[in-house]
Amino acid sequence: MGALGVAATVVAACGGGETSGAPELTWYINNAVQVEIADACNEEAEGAYVLKTSLLPNSAAPQREQLLRRLAAGDTTVDLLSLDPPFMAEFANAGFLRPFTAEEQEELSQGVLEGPLEQSLYEDTMFSAPFYGNTQLLWYKKSVAEEAGLDPAAAPVTWDQVIEAAEQTGTTVGVQGRRNESLMVWVNALVSSAGGSILAEDSQGAAAEDVESALDSEAGAEAARIMSTIANSDIAPAGLSTAGEEESRAAFQADDGGFMVNWPYVWTAFEAAEAAGAVEEGFRDDIAWARYPQVVEGEASATPLGGIGVSIGAYTEHEEAALEAVRCVRSPERQKQNMLTAGEPAASAEVYDDPEVQEAFPMYEAIREGLTDAAPRPISPYYGDVTGVVQQGYHPPDALDEQTTPARTADFLEAVLDGSRML
Amino acid sequence: MSTTVPAAAGEVRAEADRQDAPAAAPARRQRMTDRARKERNLGWLLAGPAFVVMLSVTAYPIANAVWYSLFDFRLTDPDGRSFVGLGNYATILSDVLFWRQFGVTAAITVVTVAVEFVLGFALALVMHRALFLRKSVRTAILVPYGIITVVSAYAWQYAFTPAYGFVNPLFGSDLDWFGETVPSLVVICLSEIWKTTPFMSLLLLAGLAQIPSTYIEAAKVDGATAWQRFRKVVVPNMKGAIMVALLFRTLDAFRIFDNVFVMTQGANGTETLSFLAYRQTITRVMIGLGSAVSVILAVLVVLIAFLFIKGFKVNLAEQRGA
Repeated sequence: MGALGVAATVVAACGGGETSGAPELTWYINNAVQVEIADACNEEAEGAYVLKTSLLPNSAAPQREQLLRRLAAGDTTVDLLSLDPPFMAEFANAGFLRPFTAEEQEELSQGVLEGPLEQSLYEDTMFSAPFYGNTQLLWYKKSVAEEAGLDPAAAPVTWDQVIEAAEQTGTTVGVQGRRNESLMVWVNALVSSAGGSILAEDSQGAAAEDVESALDSEAGAEAARIMSTIANSDIAPAGLSTAGEEESRAAFQADDGGFMVNWPYVWTAFEAAEAAGAVEEGFRDDIAWARYPQVVEGEASATPLGGIGVSIGAYTEHEEAALEAVRCVRSPERQKQNMLTAGEPAASAEVYDDPEVQEAFPMYEAIREGLTDAAPRPISPYYGDVTGVVQQGYHPPDALDEQTTPARTADFLEAVLDGSRML
Repeated sequence: MSTTVPAAAGEVRAEADRQDAPAAAPARRQRMTDRARKERNLGWLLAGPAFVVMLSVTAYPIANAVWYSLFDFRLTDPDGRSFVGLGNYATILSDVLFWRQFGVTAAITVVTVAVEFVLGFALALVMHRALFLRKSVRTAILVPYGIITVVSAYAWQYAFTPAYGFVNPLFGSDLDWFGETVPSLVVICLSEIWKTTPFMSLLLLAGLAQIPSTYIEAAKVDGATAWQRFRKVVVPNMKGAIMVALLFRTLDAFRIFDNVFVMTQGANGTETLSFLAYRQTITRVMIGLGSAVSVILAVLVVLIAFLFIKGFKVNLAEQRGA
């Protein structure tokens, strides 16, 4: 990596900097590992552009805040940006992103899995080139599932089955109840799996005061029921209402851990925990994974979806070069590199056929399936408000009520969007 | 008594003022000497540049915020900007969220300032009276104040986190401290108290140090008990220092943000008024609404300062060396 960095500098030096025409691009990255991707692209570009990186804060909300303020101020240095897909619609609607043309859209969609593709479009136009996707899986201890007589590997299981199995075996179910984006991911997956949605279907492109919520439904009630059942039972790990992904993993690694929904990164984290002696050697031999649980028995679950798209800032002074850089960054080759170094699952289907990837990610099939059947979070220019309201309405999980929570959250959402209430 | 070391010129004027004291105010104005006028001009000259800088970095943004607070303006929707007059203020003041967060902020302020005042006074007395290791005692007491608030907030959060904190095992409890409103606020207040009590005690120590020892000795000779000396001699003679300490801490506590932001991100009803302004302005990019919250917060802060100064009947501008 160091060598590549030096090479990039040399290329820049040979190009003579700005004067000789090699445009200098800045890519706002959300993960330090993406520096290596930029280095590789600089090598490939052979002086056509120089891609520099600038690291954003490490969680989604402050990343959005920084990008938003830069773009609102018309920052011309925002050439490329790694954007969390739920925030894309807000940026696109504000005119902060350069839309991809129809031709570019077709090119950048090729071979991309359904979930990452869907969340890269706003009103059918692509504003973010899918770079990587992410999805949650159900993780469980084989010994615990066996004791409970449950086999998630054989056929998809439901939340109720998982709850019952944990109760039977005196183990915990790791979920993310912290009032941040993690909670939204959980609520959205539950509501979508039950056949509902958080916003009414035609809300894309509607003015804020006209957006309607579809939460006040059976699906919204089912989500509240499952969440409060877990939170009010002994199967809830300690500190559930403040548990994020890492707290869930810690609970799962404990002796009474049984089940957990979490992103695939935990696999490498388990490996590291074994190496560090945090869990005993061979811990992973007892761990298995399956598709995200169903809400309604027999109806395929809508798997949680995350990831990153690469967008071009609307105020860039080097549009062509930025486009070239996007092509390089999101190429299947770079996606594979990113998957192996950062552990983030590729957005393109072909990457999963690579033997190297398959070896590093034994659960690659489950990930690919999850990225195909995924349910993106609501695509709305007011997503920030939507997630804020849902995070308040569905928190804390132990105080939810299936009768009142969905209606109250839906009313609050509409009131916040039409400006009559604050968030 | 004064909270700062009086400059030589100040002392001279203090003398003059004391002679003036019985005279009526208009008479004093007439008798303003050339020298006093020159001094005043010199004062303006010295403070002028700083005054201009202050205006440009504080007055302008404040005026700007007041102006923005009259608009319905979302940063991501520049075309939708419209003038709404006092509409934002109406929305805020009629929203139950504002009043709840006002309540939380007031509760945190009252609890922390009260506890800090008692603890701070005790520590100030210890620092004042310490016979040996005087410097070490003062340094040790001041350490928490030297720690950045965000860092101390994380330290307290880690200590109380159920999964890996040491507090629960220590007391054999399994309370999810950050899962409910009251326990969260308790930790937030503890952290705030731990961190800023030294500041309080430092200001009070300055007040203690200015009470001439002759006063105390005279009281002793008159047969006053320790408590009487404290009540009748110490406290009245450091009224100015007490007011400054309470005022500074109240204003600080009323604007509390970091501890809440780090520990709960505002969950479980722990949001304060600063947090409300942050959420509207930075998270929701509702510039108009957020500016209105900030303006209300600023007005409240000014109101607090006003009430303190009136309530204590101390005019800091008239404070002179004892």
